[in-house]
Amino acid sequence: MEQLINYILQLADSNLILTQRNAAWCGHGPILEQDIAITNITLDLIGQSRNFYQYAAKLINESTDTKVTEDSLAYLRTEREFKNLLLTEQENGDWAQTIVRQFFYSVYQYFLYEKMQHSRDEQLAGIAAKSLKEVTYHVTWSGEWVIRLGDGTAESKERIEKAIIELWPYTGEMFLPEAYEISMVSAGIAPDITLLKNEWYKKVTDIFEEATISLPKDGFMQTGGKNGVHTEKLGYILSDLQYLQRTYPNATW
Amino acid sequence: MVVENDITIDALWKLLEQVPDPEIPVLSILDLGIVRDVKLQDGQVEIIITPTYSGCPAMDAISMDIRLKLIEHGYKNIKISSVLSPAWTTDWMTEEGKIKLNKYGIAPPKMSGDLSNSTPVCPQCNSADTKLLSQFGSTACKALYQCNDCKEPFDYFKCH
Ligand SMILES: [Zn+2]
Repeated sequence: MEQLINYILQLADSNLILTQRNAAWCGHGPILEQDIAITNITLDLIGQSRNFYQYAAKLINESTDTKVTEDSLAYLRTEREFKNLLLTEQENGDWAQTIVRQFFYSVYQYFLYEKMQHSRDEQLAGIAAKSLKEVTYHVTWSGEWVIRLGDGTAESKERIEKAIIELWPYTGEMFLPEAYEISMVSAGIAPDITLLKNEWYKKVTDIFEEATISLPKDGFMQTGGKNGVHTEKLGYILSDLQYLQRTYPNATW
Repeated sequence: MVVENDITIDALWKLLEQVPDPEIPVLSILDLGIVRDVKLQDGQVEIIITPTYSGCPAMDAISMDIRLKLIEHGYKNIKISSVLSPAWTTDWMTEEGKIKLNKYGIAPPKMSGDLSNSTPVCPQCNSADTKLLSQFGSTACKALYQCNDCKEPFDYFKCH
């Protein structure tokens, strides 16, 4: 049970942290339509993460003596307890960096949920099938932006290439399973992420080709996020995200 | 007893028809296809709904509106549950709902099996010559289009 809970928390945390990052664009997007687009995508991400947290909370409450809620899981866990992918905690940077981060993550989510909708775990299958419809739009939108920036002006190309170099070392972690993921694969609950790599790579290559940019060499990959070992950036994100509930416990809107 | 129950469930569906979607008030929640089931057991009314989008902020408001409508009509023991599967699709929107939506100025969604590349018809002047401005519109469920004939921008309820 603990493995399953860790697995669900990892899915929830990655979405939540990217939500918190993207939300900083609200009111600051380059033009109104794109401000609305990134915040709408972010709304989908937080909705998906709520579904995962609610499920995790139910399992935790059923299997242990503790009493948690989706809110306490989001607002009251510490940095070392968060299992989000390192990619999701990376800085917004400029628009190009936000786009590349979203594109890498959305393509990953797409192939992950496509398999997960056939999970033996009915609740995960249901969340995945629903999320997949939303993520399909995210892949199209972020992919179009990759093309627009890569095949745009000299400056936009330079910026997106810089963003790709910055974020590339955080992509390997998506396809390297932790112990709890491996046990969920053998239980027929989680898709085998090592098998997603080729599809992800192909989709990214196709879009990059259209964008007239090249894929970096594989290189050294950062890992640890899924086990609670994060870059220094997560602490700052959590202090922003959690300060209200920690300062005024149980405060409501 | 069965007959009596049937009549009551029917009455519940009738009441739900009066609950509007908070974001598109010309549509009832039945037009939208988000009410999946209505159950009546041991005096408890259970309404089962499904969210349109995972992050749809209207879901809490919709649950509350359903509750209030039922309370208003004397029901006390009310349970509102949410299910995720099968995932909501715009194919569940009623034909009547699509007509109302178009009159309201929002182009209705295509059926998911419709693979044609045609853009939605302008709800203002019925021109088929329209173009996509942004895949994301004023709410998660809409995209923004513009008519090349009358030049009016309009929302399109995305196929989902
Ligand atoms: Zn027109």
